[in-house]
Amino acid sequence: MTQAYNKPLPTPQVESDVYWQKAKEHELWLRSCNSCGNAYFYPRDISPCCFSRDTEWVQASGKATLYTYGIVERAPHPGFVGDVPFVTALVELDEGPIMPTNIVIENPTPENLVIGMPLEVVFEDVTDEISLPKFKPA
Amino acid sequence: MADLSKSVAIVGVAESDEIGRVEKSNLQLHAESAYNALEDAGLSMKDVNGLMTAGTSTINLGEYLGINPTYTDTTAVGGSSFIIHIAHAVAAINAGYCDTVLVTHGEAGRSARSRAGGNASDAGPQYESPYGFIGAPINYAMAARRYMHMYGERRVRQGMAEVAVATRKWANLNPKAYFKDTPMSFDDYHNSRWISWPFHLPDCCLVTDAGGAYVVTTAEKARDLPKKPVYVLGAAEGHSHGVLSQMKNLTRTWARYSGPAALQMAGVTHDDIDLAMIYDSFTYTVLATLESLGYCEPGEGPDFVANQRTAPGGDFAMNTSGGGLSYTHSGMYGMFLVLEAVRQLRGETGERQLDDPKLCLINGTGGSLSSTGTVVLGID
Repeated sequence: MTQAYNKPLPTPQVESDVYWQKAKEHELWLRSCNSCGNAYFYPRDISPCCFSRDTEWVQASGKATLYTYGIVERAPHPGFVGDVPFVTALVELDEGPIMPTNIVIENPTPENLVIGMPLEVVFEDVTDEISLPKFKPA
Repeated sequence: MADLSKSVAIVGVAESDEIGRVEKSNLQLHAESAYNALEDAGLSMKDVNGLMTAGTSTINLGEYLGINPTYTDTTAVGGSSFIIHIAHAVAAINAGYCDTVLVTHGEAGRSARSRAGGNASDAGPQYESPYGFIGAPINYAMAARRYMHMYGERRVRQGMAEVAVATRKWANLNPKAYFKDTPMSFDDYHNSRWISWPFHLPDCCLVTDAGGAYVVTTAEKARDLPKKPVYVLGAAEGHSHGVLSQMKNLTRTWARYSGPAALQMAGVTHDDIDLAMIYDSFTYTVLATLESLGYCEPGEGPDFVANQRTAPGGDFAMNTSGGGLSYTHSGMYGMFLVLEAVRQLRGETGERQLDDPKLCLINGTGGSLSSTGTVVLGID
């Protein structure tokens, strides 16, 4: 428990400070484009859908479905050696965007990971500054 | 666009002195490959006035090689870069910026493995790496899983196995292949260990040390050189995203645009092609690419490669070197697609030589299925 966290950490940027601050408060927030009405991931001041500056932060429900995944058996980095097998996934948020994450699940097998299954966000406080949004079966 | 088809030719190709496990620096591998490719072309370094590479900057490379190019291009969009450099050489030579372009690659992928951190504001380090989206096998596995969901796990698994086994058979005929002396059966494939489910180990490319280079010059100059000119008939490129999670359709690559554009520039169709060199970072990459290029409909890739159709003796010649899966893959494999295509068209590939091929299509894929370059090469 006292061992230092040694996985790669994000470095929040000016345009994503709100995202990471909200994650620390265990909330998932997205940028949304007022020109076309689409929420998008990842946060950018100018929207990638229609390159509009008319964008704002919106809180996501935290509900999602499983879009695709892989079950990692060979750790890609020393920080993940103790985690294998673990699940990398893309999840489709109820608000529309797809985001990268991990699925928190006890027994990660293809049988237990059904594409389209409902998920909900959970937050892992990995350091004092960073909490990572992850997803578990709803 | 001006008609630039057949305006330039590839006149020299080579690997570094050795490939596989080589204790050499990246730039050493570049330089050896450059030396060998110029020798193959019958040219010397003083003939070179255009320099292109990826993975290092041409200022470092030019200094190391001792040349001062009048045209330089460090387009680096992953393993497809060296296919895209062909299109850029066509443009630069026709514009008159240079007349002879040297393109080199060198990567000690096995000996000096690095895990690039990247730019902190890029999406990868900020939103993907913290979750372990690190390295191609993990990213491509998720794309393959989506493809399986759409088109059926059993038949996709079989299609991936067909590609792995057929490609190994070609490698068994290539003296330079990493797996020259290692056959692989379907049972071997299915019994192999998992890397990132749904990928078995043989679904994933090799990690080797290797360099490669090719030389491009005007069609006119090419006709005076010793080797049969291999003309660039068509070349196109593009990219759709950077990180995997921004890929809108995990089963369709940009080859659906660069493929038809290159074929159109060449004035030929799929049926005219004698050899397809398809970037095989993973077995799945091949299925998605064949479909995106228009060889078959979405989801039909597994049927297209069924019954060892792409193996030696099959009716669709593909990846005759043994590919990134079984010949060599240093990290950015695109260079080696070009070497095999040129050698097959020249008739230099020994035991694995096809019967008088005239046209070859090359498709490179880079990043997380992010970028593609398609080239059509031909001989008279």
